[in-house]
Amino acid sequence: MTSSSEKIKVAILGSGNIGTDLLIKVLRSPYLECTLFIGRNMSSGGMHKASSLGVRTSDQSIEAIVNDPDCCDIVFDATSAIDHKRHWAVLDGLGKTVIDMTPAKIGAICVPAINLDDCLIERNVNMITCGGQASLPMAYAIARTHPDVHYIEVVSSIASRSAGPATRLNIDEYVDTTSSALQYFSGCEKTKAILIINPANPCIDMQTTIFAKVEQANIEALRLEVDAMVRIIQSYVPGYQIILPPTLENNRIVIMVKVLGLGDYLPRYAGNLDIINCAAIAFAEKYAKLRYDQLRITNHESRITNCFSIIRNSWEGVDKCQKF
Amino acid sequence: MPKILISDPTLRDGNHAVKHQLTAKQIAAYASAAEAAHIPIIEVGHGNGLGASSLQVGESLHDDATLLEAARKHLVKTKLGVHVMPGFATISKDIKLAMDIGVDVFRVGSHCTEADITQRHIGFIRNKGKEVYGALMMSHMASKEVLAEEAYKMQSYGADGVMLYDSAGALLPDDVEEKVRELVARLNIEVGFHAHNNLGMGIANSIAAVKAGATILDGTACGFGAGAGNTQLEVLVAVLEKMGYSTGIDFYKLLDACDLADREILSVIPRISSISIVSALAGVFSGFSKHVERISKEYDVDPREVFFELGLRKVVAGQEDLILEVAAALAGKEKRCA
Repeated sequence: MTSSSEKIKVAILGSGNIGTDLLIKVLRSPYLECTLFIGRNMSSGGMHKASSLGVRTSDQSIEAIVNDPDCCDIVFDATSAIDHKRHWAVLDGLGKTVIDMTPAKIGAICVPAINLDDCLIERNVNMITCGGQASLPMAYAIARTHPDVHYIEVVSSIASRSAGPATRLNIDEYVDTTSSALQYFSGCEKTKAILIINPANPCIDMQTTIFAKVEQANIEALRLEVDAMVRIIQSYVPGYQIILPPTLENNRIVIMVKVLGLGDYLPRYAGNLDIINCAAIAFAEKYAKLRYDQLRITNHESRITNCFSIIRNSWEGVDKCQKF
Repeated sequence: MPKILISDPTLRDGNHAVKHQLTAKQIAAYASAAEAAHIPIIEVGHGNGLGASSLQVGESLHDDATLLEAARKHLVKTKLGVHVMPGFATISKDIKLAMDIGVDVFRVGSHCTEADITQRHIGFIRNKGKEVYGALMMSHMASKEVLAEEAYKMQSYGADGVMLYDSAGALLPDDVEEKVRELVARLNIEVGFHAHNNLGMGIANSIAAVKAGATILDGTACGFGAGAGNTQLEVLVAVLEKMGYSTGIDFYKLLDACDLADREILSVIPRISSISIVSALAGVFSGFSKHVERISKEYDVDPREVFFELGLRKVVAGQEDLILEVAAALAGKEKRCA
């Protein structure tokens, strides 16, 4: 399926770092086609990038979709948590499937390495946060190997250059959403998330540290579980790597990961953009494949039905149905 | 007589020095003494402020509510202050709680180049009618122009003043004077300075700040604070009075408060250890020192090398997890070389 008529149409709402990086990933996808790239200001860097790539753009924000509801099946909302609440009310009414890139905490929370298939039936899928995408699979691995997890804490450091205005404005939502998702996936009630923005030049690579307090640490089992999890994550985030394997230090389990991005919109240090966007693309592509298969089955069935009626009407029809 | 507003973070920055193990009883005792001495503001809490008790930077003995309530009960005229770092503390979980307990003064801090993460927090506190100051931490890592730009943002968010923090104790008096002067020229709100004493510059830097136009200074009893400690409050007040500045503090009662801190709170008198000199030269946050000491011992590596490596990586406050990575990498390198 490479012809553009068969690709699933997506619109990207939000022309900041996340939205623009997503656009480049969508353009590369054999399953997705970006039919509209939407911002609020035609002169922003993201809008220029989109125009230069030959993508249709609009500065009409959510109105662009309201005015042309058939432009897409999927909407990526890469605006801010506050705006997403308003956008969802509109997009829900239009029957769109929405992939929420903000920490608005409305939709089903999705980490592809853990629960991709469960989310495919959802209409609003939340990609949590960049730190969440990096840490939750590790927290899940800790929970799977330790029956009594007392506490989980994750700390992410990102380069200042990679944190756009919405990320900064949403720092409370980041903390809150990441820590709720930690509870959800680890089953541990006491969780904490911390975000650090570092302005060093050259920019620092995105890093995340996962700490846990458990009843009885089983580092050997955890290392195996983590290795298996890393292989799954690397299938959609190639730059995900462990820099400190599960270690017991000062009565706490510590795991450190680094995420190097694909260098699509921002350079490779911006693994935070990459991991959340790769997660969103993994979901969108799986959704697209499913839709495509359904469509093919439906088409196939209707053609068979059609064929039977031809057969019933005349035997000559059999020739016409040979290709089935 | 020109007036200097003294804010005393003994019960907040000092918590770094005891690995965040201050007890409610110690807090109550010092708060009473501070009230008696007419210290205008005392800051209370975990060393990294509200919501910061964590495996990353150290767990508090008591939760924030217990710490703040212990002080609140003993304060009438002295205002109760807290430190807030967005990324650790949130409005709904931490700032509202502090307001319910009766905190009067909020310092909302960010790394010195990242003031925009304080916008919502400063705005929220301002709208609730509380005193709120911006805090630009690790101010040795940015030029005076960048600092003024970031401070200006905090002013636009509604801050009553902006504090420059020399969180690594890395600045010298000329640096302080230049940076503070730039802020004073650019802003129409108060400017203040928070020193660490790693290079023995606590008092000198505070005075340099005042000479450049700062009107708020931080100091702690016996210098109790992270790393080599802060500006020693009783010395600062004595020097200011001698120079003709007024602080409104009852000096004898202040000495009593400091003696009480010496007796009841300080398990170790802060001093400029060889490690804290290195930490300042490397430009690393003072709060790292206890973690660096522990982890260097565990991994059998030279803590000085750990500090310099952290400095090269330009770590900021809150990146304590990197100590482990750096120590593990250094230990691995030594093993390979052996």
